[in-house]
Amino acid sequence: MAKLKGSIVFDIEKCKGCGVCVTACPTEVIAMASEVNSKGYNYAEAVNMDACTGCTNCAVVCPDGVITVYRVKI
Amino acid sequence: MADNISVKDIIKPENLVHKRSSVMTDNIMHYCPGCGHGTTHQILAEVIEEMGIQQETIGITPVGCSVLMYNYLDIDMQEAAHGRAPALATAIKRLLPEKYVFTYQGDGDLAAIGTAETIHSCNRGENILIIFINNGIYGMTGGQMAPTTLEGMKSSTTPYGRDVKLMGNPLKITDIVATLPGTYYVTRQSVHKPGNVRKTKKAIRKAFEYQKHNKGTCFIEVVSNCPSGWKMTPVESNKWMEENMFPFYPLGDFKVPEE
Ligand SMILES: Cc1ncc(C[n+]2csc(CCOP(=O)(O)OP(=O)(O)O)c2C)c(N)n1
Ligand code: SF4
Ligand code: SF4
Repeated sequence: MAKLKGSIVFDIEKCKGCGVCVTACPTEVIAMASEVNSKGYNYAEAVNMDACTGCTNCAVVCPDGVITVYRVKI
Repeated sequence: MADNISVKDIIKPENLVHKRSSVMTDNIMHYCPGCGHGTTHQILAEVIEEMGIQQETIGITPVGCSVLMYNYLDIDMQEAAHGRAPALATAIKRLLPEKYVFTYQGDGDLAAIGTAETIHSCNRGENILIIFINNGIYGMTGGQMAPTTLEGMKSSTTPYGRDVKLMGNPLKITDIVATLPGTYYVTRQSVHKPGNVRKTKKAIRKAFEYQKHNKGTCFIEVVSNCPSGWKMTPVESNKWMEENMFPFYPLGDFKVPEE
């Protein structure tokens, strides 16, 4: 059966650490990093990329246009 | 393809499904973390890009947190005096009727100081799109009460909550403009969840399509958050908005054209 597999890329410098993407992801791919970007925000990062289906939910709710999403059918 | 496909194999141009719109500039926006202003900017830029109307769109910015919007959308924009965006949009659209003209305004701008401009532009049926960000507060100036502040809602000028006996009732201006014959399409949406963002984007697209056919004023309210003014985390503010704003400002269409 065809399965969707996704991958997300963050523009870390634009992230403000709001956490909205974390709650929008249905497969719990994203968490906040303990590191900060140059603005001092704990940025979002993928901690479970294997679970990403490329649904684009995180990117769609991100106010700062931080996330790029790729998807393949396998 | 094998199930153990690597991240490197997925991240290729041909597999791209979502990226920041090319109509957005590369500037980092000044909005607070998690603010719905940013999300609304992204989808507006996406619609302009998808319709291929970057050169033909003119936006009017308000006074309020989104006053610097022209730094973020790579289109022609004009700043208006506080509340006067629909008047300026009227002039621009009448002089350049082939352009797509929109205003982008907060609730203080649109429903307090600019009430007259809002009502009369809608009543005249100006062929413009009005995008109205309702976060129930004056965000930019430090979270004072707005006409839209809910009964009992705390703000910096209503520290014990809005007392309607003293301060009047919250104003549902979208309900009012929907009754005016000049408005063609009136809807209330939000941008706090993926499904809502997608719906609001569709509404913006529809409004620009109607404008192309000279249908009259389109009015889109976005019930939004102000995490800083409300003194909440972004995620908390979205939950508070669902529980408190949506019962008073229910999402949905007010006026949809019969087609
Ligand atoms: C003539 C005039 N009166 C008052 C102000 C002060 N002022 C600046 S922004 C603002 C209200 C902004 O609130 P809103 O429109 O809700 O937008 P938000 O900042 O919440 O996005 C006010 C009263 C002003 N700049 N000019
Ligand atoms: S929604 Fe965007 S700005 Fe907010 S934490 Fe996620 S990537 Fe960062
Ligand atoms: S003050 Fe409120 S409305 Fe203004 S940018 Fe911050 S969160 Fe958004």
